[in-house]
Amino acid sequence: MSALLVEAEGLVKAYGDFLAVDGLDLRLGEGEVYGFLGPNGSGKSTTILMMLGLTEPTAGTVKVVGHNPTREPLEVKRQVGYLPESVGFYSDMSGRSNLLYTADLNNMRLSDAKARIDELLGMVELTDAMNQPVGQYSRGMRQRLGLADVLLKRPRVIILDDPTLGLDPTGIQWLLGIIEELSTNQGISVFLSSHQLHEVQQVCHRVGIMSHGKIVLEGTIAELTEQTASGGFGLVLEVLGGGDELMTTLAALPAVTACNRVGNEIVLQSGADVRAQATAAVIASGASLLGASSENRTLEEIYLRYFAGQES
Amino acid sequence: MRAIFWKELGDHFGKRRFNLMLGLVFVGVVWAMFVDKDAMVTRGTGAFYLDLFTTTEGVPLSLLQFLSFFGPIIGITLGFDSINSERTQGTLSRILAQPVYRDSVYNGKFLAGLFTLTIVVFSLGIAAVGVAMFRFGLPPSGDEVLRLIGFGFITIAFLAFWLALAMTASIFLRNAVASALVSIGLWIGISFFIVFAASTIADRIVPDVEDFEDQSRHANVQLWVGRVSPERLYSEATGTLLDPIRGRFLSTFGVTEERLQGLLSSPVPASQSLQLVWPHIVVMLAMIAALMTVSYVRFMREEIRS
Repeated sequence: MSALLVEAEGLVKAYGDFLAVDGLDLRLGEGEVYGFLGPNGSGKSTTILMMLGLTEPTAGTVKVVGHNPTREPLEVKRQVGYLPESVGFYSDMSGRSNLLYTADLNNMRLSDAKARIDELLGMVELTDAMNQPVGQYSRGMRQRLGLADVLLKRPRVIILDDPTLGLDPTGIQWLLGIIEELSTNQGISVFLSSHQLHEVQQVCHRVGIMSHGKIVLEGTIAELTEQTASGGFGLVLEVLGGGDELMTTLAALPAVTACNRVGNEIVLQSGADVRAQATAAVIASGASLLGASSENRTLEEIYLRYFAGQES
Repeated sequence: MRAIFWKELGDHFGKRRFNLMLGLVFVGVVWAMFVDKDAMVTRGTGAFYLDLFTTTEGVPLSLLQFLSFFGPIIGITLGFDSINSERTQGTLSRILAQPVYRDSVYNGKFLAGLFTLTIVVFSLGIAAVGVAMFRFGLPPSGDEVLRLIGFGFITIAFLAFWLALAMTASIFLRNAVASALVSIGLWIGISFFIVFAASTIADRIVPDVEDFEDQSRHANVQLWVGRVSPERLYSEATGTLLDPIRGRFLSTFGVTEERLQGLLSSPVPASQSLQLVWPHIVVMLAMIAALMTVSYVRFMREEIRS
């Protein structure tokens, strides 16, 4: 893989005692589409704000296009396009003049800017509405205008914070099509956050699943699917009691690759059938085994499972 | 910053509330020129235009009074929603994702406001002088022109203080309405309440006024407390500048107006008056700088969520 465009190490953001982002490591390579997934409040937006220097990390480092966003914000912002969670425009100005203002902020020459804006408005299918005030735009139109705004400066990386939020299914498909096009034809790297795995998994080369400020699963879709579905056995144990000791015992069983606990459920991934050993281990530890089922899960199920216990 | 400056400048002149305020002040200022002709003739002071700007003969408010009442509101109108409206609209995070420094956003907005105020003050001044010339057929003398220009700059500094205050409020308060109310509340507090506060504080510090020395101390305390308010600084500075006779003294020592007039009845040159009001200008600029510092400290390190 070529140069890293985003590189975060041990990134921490604390609000008082609450750790919104807790020791995050992240890498985004050239031309890659990275899906940054997690439920609301898992720290995705905060991470993105730190990548743009819109908030300062409490600890750790982040480098975007090789620069520190807090110390050298301009270097970063010249090459990075950012679409905020709810993008805002000056509602009394037309879509086109909003983009002209952005071009001006980027020090683009007027003739160059005009040509580029017309081209982008064509791409996002807003040519007909470009002289209307943005106040009259629908949510989907604003989102499309936002995308044009992000692409205006010809960025190397674009960071999209929950871009599918509030879009209808056609809008989502359209957006994903554009993202795919940008990454394959124009070589733009995309960092995409979302809380809907199934919506974005088709375009992402790699996904990271975020939970409580940490990345709990990361890899290509194929890797994760292999890990969770075809590449072994999945075992779900419903256990009452049993502490860390039990977890260590289970993790130490032969061929076990992953062992996670959410509430009363322990999920074991293994390369071989360990049902007998695992249930024996639970009972030997003194905990009560309420149920056991072996299943092969899809990524989606894992994702949902991770977040089912988190809402509380 | 250039881009932000021009956009904000265009925005100011396109806003209905600003144009409404501008129209109101314009009417007031021009009206103030329609003073009683005969009264002006009988007063017959040497500096006709300076007299004209401060007199209330035949008009509800003098030009000076009108500016010191409504000027702050123009400043507040220009600044109270400058940062927080961008925040609520969600444009702030988009703007700050462009290659501009945060202070450029603040500076661009402040300079656009300042430039707007400059245009307003000088066009009002020119309109007022024009109407007066038309009515009385007298041009201002060279000395008067100098004083009027000085007066213009002090007025701009005074209005810029309120602009900076309103912008500070717009950074600290997320809600534009709250920011406007707080700005206006501070305006009333600083401008009017401080007068009462000053005399109360002076009473506390100098409780028994027996001889002339006590009287002088009491007046001094009252004066210095009052000078916390830019309103007070403005009225002192303009008073000195627009009245060449009083310009000789800073009227600080509890000397009554009559005694002063008796002591001195010959006017001083404009340069002398300007020298006397220089500290007032510096203090006003320092107040603006202090407000900007507070704004910077808050705004530079703030988290910008959409």
